[in-house]
Amino acid sequence: MIKLNINQKAHEIDADPEMPLLWAIRDLVGLTGTKYGCGVAQCGACVVHLDGEAVRSCVTKLKRAQGKQITTIEGLSENNDHPLQLAWNEVSVPQCGYCHSGQIMSAAVLLKEKPNPTDEDIDNAMAGNLCRCGTYPRIRQAIHMAAEMQKKGGV
Amino acid sequence: MKRKIVSDIKGTRILVVSFILGTLVICMAFGFENEPQPVAQLKTPVKKDSIASVKAFQQVYRVLMSPRCMNCHPSGDIPLQGDDSHLHDMFPKRGVEGKGLLAMKCTNCHQPENTKGLHAPPGNPNWHLPPANMKMVFQGKTARQLAKQLVDPTQNGNKNMKMLIAHADDDLVKWGWAPGDGRTLPPLSHAEFKKQWLIWLNTGAYAPKK
Repeated sequence: MIKLNINQKAHEIDADPEMPLLWAIRDLVGLTGTKYGCGVAQCGACVVHLDGEAVRSCVTKLKRAQGKQITTIEGLSENNDHPLQLAWNEVSVPQCGYCHSGQIMSAAVLLKEKPNPTDEDIDNAMAGNLCRCGTYPRIRQAIHMAAEMQKKGGV
Repeated sequence: MKRKIVSDIKGTRILVVSFILGTLVICMAFGFENEPQPVAQLKTPVKKDSIASVKAFQQVYRVLMSPRCMNCHPSGDIPLQGDDSHLHDMFPKRGVEGKGLLAMKCTNCHQPENTKGLHAPPGNPNWHLPPANMKMVFQGKTARQLAKQLVDPTQNGNKNMKMLIAHADDDLVKWGWAPGDGRTLPPLSHAEFKKQWLIWLNTGAYAPKK
């Protein structure tokens, strides 16, 4: 049995330690907000936080995640009110929406480490998250908006 | 008496000239242009042999310039990728410690081991680039430039002779010979590389002329 802590909740999973974390999150725990995109860490749709870092769950094995704090899009905030989620909604960032849980999880690490990011910081942080709909300008706008929200401390 | 003094002076001149000529011959044998590297100042016993040393480094250089080594020693701040050493997809940046930055840290994708499958991320527990304050660039370096860089502690990660020798068996260095699916190996086996590396260092770590 593998013990995982996902969104501050303990889970015991009967799975191979070599199994990708993404499969456990989606298929065994039932948290389907995290998406499968490429399966080889090339697109960013599957980003979750592992001890606060934006790892790609499609190539992260259960044996690496064991004993660590895993956060998925469902656990980013209690009421979908993380500044990024609010800003995403305000700007209407998504088009098809498939990549955006990964986009938001990457952006959350950016804002944690750079609370007032420049465009260059956003490029550096988000270059690994692909969006086939090309919503990049709105992603940038929403990240700046979320940074402002954080600064004002309203959320 | 006068004749003896003249004879002594002549003898001294012959000795001085012989010494100078002898020194010149020795210098020519080792080659002026293959000057020994600072590693010789590290007080580690080496048996200097510039010819053997340079010959060994030519082999070492072939390995260091192969994609498996050079791709993580880029001239810029973005690692290289593939056998054609193109810029890494997604343009991850070096960061201060060489471990990437923000949401693009190396270990976000690169696992402690190679991920199976073509185009899947290779891995090692210590996956990283050289740090920003000492980039240890291989890309674009001539054999001479790289040889000099490798033995200069201000450019080689503060490594002395002992550490340089040990570096041949560094786990991340050895990853180059187990790089995962679809990646070519360096031109020498690891055993042969290590042999040439040690010959180079133990014969004075001479830099080639070019």
